[in-house]
Amino acid sequence: MSDEVILLSTWPSMFGMRVQIALAEKGVEFEFREEDLTNKSQLLLEMNPIHKKIPVLIHNGKPVCESLVAVQYVEEFWKDKSPLLPSDPYQRAQARFWADYVDKKIYDAGRRIWATKGEDQEVAKKDFTDCLKVLEGALGDKPYFGGEEFGYVDVALVPFYSWFYAYETCGNFSIQAECPKFIAWAKRCMERESVAKSLPDPHKVYGFVLELKKRVGI
Amino acid sequence: MATSDIKLIGMRPSPYVNRVQYALGMKSIDYEFLEEKFGSKSELLIQSNPIHKKVPVLIHAHKPICESLIIVQYIDELWTSGPSILPTDPYDRAIARFWAAYIDDKWYPSLKQFRMAKGEEEKLAAVEAVKEGLALLEDAFVKCSKGKSFFGGDSIGYLDIAFGCFLGWLKATEKLADLKLLDKTTTPHLVVWAERFCADGVVKDIMPKTETLVEIAKILQAKARGSNPN
Repeated sequence: MSDEVILLSTWPSMFGMRVQIALAEKGVEFEFREEDLTNKSQLLLEMNPIHKKIPVLIHNGKPVCESLVAVQYVEEFWKDKSPLLPSDPYQRAQARFWADYVDKKIYDAGRRIWATKGEDQEVAKKDFTDCLKVLEGALGDKPYFGGEEFGYVDVALVPFYSWFYAYETCGNFSIQAECPKFIAWAKRCMERESVAKSLPDPHKVYGFVLELKKRVGI
Repeated sequence: MATSDIKLIGMRPSPYVNRVQYALGMKSIDYEFLEEKFGSKSELLIQSNPIHKKVPVLIHAHKPICESLIIVQYIDELWTSGPSILPTDPYDRAIARFWAAYIDDKWYPSLKQFRMAKGEEEKLAAVEAVKEGLALLEDAFVKCSKGKSFFGGDSIGYLDIAFGCFLGWLKATEKLADLKLLDKTTTPHLVVWAERFCADGVVKDIMPKTETLVEIAKILQAKARGSNPN
C-alpha cells in the first residue's frame, strides 16, 4: 500500500519548510497544497480545528499539527532512512532543547524587525542578532548543530534563512557582518538538495513581507 | 546508578518540576533534589541553564538537561526497563506531543490569566477560555485513552504527566475563585481521570497540597497588585 502524504502550508512559511525538508530528507513523496490564509480550506479547518493553522501534515488521512511535532513524526515513522536525531538520549535532548530555543526566540525577533520601526526596530535587530550569536555558540566548530550530520536543529532553523534578505532590507543591516559563522552554516545547509528545493527565493519572500507590511499598516 | 549521579534542581510547588519528579518516580530512579529558593537563583542553576535560568534542570553525570518535557523524554529514552512514558506508535506519540504543546502554549496560560484577572469582565472572559480548553482536553482524553484509565492507556504516560502536573494549581484556582472548573457535567472523564491521577502512588507523594498552592497564589496575586502582605 503506498502512503498518501499531503502537506497543507503556504510557500513563505518557515514552519511548513521544516516539514518539507524532513520529508525530502526521507525521500517521501508528498503533495504540497497551498493554503490561502484569508480563506482557509474546509480541509484545513477539519484537520486542525484547534489552531486552524498551517502546516498540517496529513498521512493517510490522519493529521499531524505543529511543525516540530510533524518533523518528529516524519523522523519516527520513516525511521530507516537519514535519521535526523542522534541515537544517544543526551544528544537528542540537546537537539530538542535548541529546536525549542529557535521556536521560542527566532520567529518573534525576526517578525519585530519587519513589523516595527525606529527605536523598536533597533531593539528588534539587536535581539535577533543576539539570538543568532547564542546559536553560533551552540554550533561551535561543527559543520551542523548535531555534529557531522545534518539533523533536527538544522531542519528547525535553516528555513528562517530564506527570510534574512527581507529582515536585512527592512532593517537596513547586514546579518553576515554580525554573524558570519551563522551565514556559513546556512550556506552549507543550502548545498543539500532537501533544503535548496524547500526554501523559496529570498527576493520573493521580501516581496511578500512588503505586502504584509502594507496589510498591517507599517 | 548512584543517587549523587542524578540531581534535580527545582522548586517543589512548580508543576514543571513535578513533571520531572513524576517521570523519575515512574521509573523508580533515585535522585537528589536541590531546592531553589523562591526569588533567587543559585549559581548552579545559572551555570546549568545559562540560556533560560529556569527550573527544572536535571543534572545527570554532571551533564544538564533543561525544559521539563525534554527532560521527561530523556528519562523515558534512557531508562528503558521501567514502564514506557511515551506511546510506542509514531502517530500516538505525535498526538501526545501535540496536546502537551497545547497545554503549555494555550491552556495553562489561560489558567494563569484567570487567576491574575482583575474585574468581572476580565474574569468572565478568562474563565471561559479555561473551560473551553478543558472541553477540548475532555475530547482528547476520550480519543487518547481508548476506554482505558489514562491518556497513556493502562498506566500514566506523557500526556498524563504534562497535564496532571497542573491539577494542584487547578484545584487551588477553584478554591480561590470559589467555582468548579472540572465538573461531572461538562468534563466527566477528566474528573475521574484527575482523581485517579492524584491517587497514584508516585503522584500523591509529589503533588503539592492545595492549601500550600492557595497561599502561594495569594502571594503572587498581591505582588501583581503592587502590595506585599509581608
